[in-house]
Amino acid sequence: MIHKYTLGGINIVLDINSGGVHIVDELTFAILDYIRPPLSEKCPDNVVMALKDDYREEEIERAYSELYELYKGDSLFSSDDYRQFAADEAVLNAPVKAMCLHVAHDCNLRCSYCFASTGDFGSGRRIMDLETGKRAIDYLLENSGNRRNLELDFFGGEPLMNFDVVKEIVKYAREREKAYGKNFRFTITTNGVLLSDDKIDFINKEMSNIVLSIDGRKSVNDRIRTCIDGSGSYDIIMKKFKNLAKKRGDKEYYVRGTFTKYNLDFADDVLHLYDEGFDQISIEPAVCDEEMDWAITAEDLPTIFAEYERLADEILRIRRKGEHINFFHFMIDLGQGPCAIKRLRGCGCGNEYIAVTPEGDIYPCHQFVGMEEWKMGSLDGGNLDTQKKKYFAAANLYNKEGCSDCWAKFYCSGGCNANNQIYAGDVLKPHSLACEMQKKRIECAIMVKAAMALSE
Amino acid sequence: MKHIITLNKKNLKKTAAKGGCGECQTSCQSACKTSCTVANQKCEK
Ligand code: SF4
Ligand code: SF4
Ligand code: SF4
Repeated sequence: MIHKYTLGGINIVLDINSGGVHIVDELTFAILDYIRPPLSEKCPDNVVMALKDDYREEEIERAYSELYELYKGDSLFSSDDYRQFAADEAVLNAPVKAMCLHVAHDCNLRCSYCFASTGDFGSGRRIMDLETGKRAIDYLLENSGNRRNLELDFFGGEPLMNFDVVKEIVKYAREREKAYGKNFRFTITTNGVLLSDDKIDFINKEMSNIVLSIDGRKSVNDRIRTCIDGSGSYDIIMKKFKNLAKKRGDKEYYVRGTFTKYNLDFADDVLHLYDEGFDQISIEPAVCDEEMDWAITAEDLPTIFAEYERLADEILRIRRKGEHINFFHFMIDLGQGPCAIKRLRGCGCGNEYIAVTPEGDIYPCHQFVGMEEWKMGSLDGGNLDTQKKKYFAAANLYNKEGCSDCWAKFYCSGGCNANNQIYAGDVLKPHSLACEMQKKRIECAIMVKAAMALSE
Repeated sequence: MKHIITLNKKNLKKTAAKGGCGECQTSCQSACKTSCTVANQKCEK
């Protein structure tokens, strides 16, 4: 399978199964309209016939022979040989090694798009106690088999509302990890309201990454990300985020926001955050009920596509000046990305990754929290619901509707299980709106890479 | 080649045989998280 497109004046051909990314000229791009595998060594007559009015015959044949060379080298029209790995025992029986720890089902903001219903996931405001936090650490240590690197994301609601417990959990984990031969990587996702110098110093020391939630321009942020009294949060959080980023130096962090129908010109929000001094930025489409005023719908897609293209151009402009900006959704590693097996199923939710609520209940991931029917167990209850774990372990590109025929499969890995469940009512049915945006982002991301490579 | 420039030298197929060790970061793609396309993840091997 191949996917060809032209963006920013560059003709790009993706060979899906080998991961090949080829930049081609007009002629070669045109030839691909007329050929299908298996390819013959000699340029087919129909190709010459079709293009001879516009190109010289020898030129057509030469371009074809280059395509044939790629084909022989298994980087054009290569086959999908990965199905055999989809049911790999090692993946199906993978140990749990990553956890989203909901230390506070409570929040000090009232963002209208919050999927967690203002922080409590619809089930009342709760704070995790230290005992439960410690049990979560023990659970990971004991259930992670031979995995060395363990991930733990402090999440909420707003985790800074329970920061003393966060600190104690980190301390406990650091005391215990050596005995098990493990290495915890902590991350935290925060709205920033409660950030202080003390907290920043602790976070910068202990957390390998930190996600700072802000939507971009003040007007955009304050329309949605409001305080409990209805006022905007921008002025409170912006200066704290700047302080944190400055103190953090080279360590990873990023500012992340959400766009809605209200700011389909979200490239300006990315640029605003960049102008404010942040160079690791993520702005993503909101996931919500399509009935909401600000919900993104299919009719917004053309605008969103144009906006992603504009953003790609802006990022190129910044990079060409020798400056640094990372837009998360445009990050693609063409050299050393993950192995094919990893790409068969994206997030590992419900299999390698679980979410734990303040009460110690276990769910497949943070977005399933509060959906009773998806509860997988509890920290007290010993074993996980193995049937559910198997179900998620088995969810892969080959059994999700449309994924195995989708050109984006090895970049996307089958989308978000939770989104699929929320929108399509089925973990195995991708949400087409999300798919369209995903594909556009991948096209833009690869174009940015191609443009940079050409200008080097 | 005159008509084609290939950007990546590594073939995905070669990664399957020794892959799947599971040491790399889990990669949530949702809007509320450390979201990213799988393709930008680092291999830990
Ligand atoms: S660490 Fe590398 S080889 Fe192991 S599963 Fe991840 S991408 Fe594949
Ligand atoms: S874009 Fe959609 S159809 Fe394509 S791989 Fe991703 S989830 Fe599957
Ligand atoms: S199902 Fe979606 S929200 Fe949950 S971990 Fe996976 S990508 Fe993230």
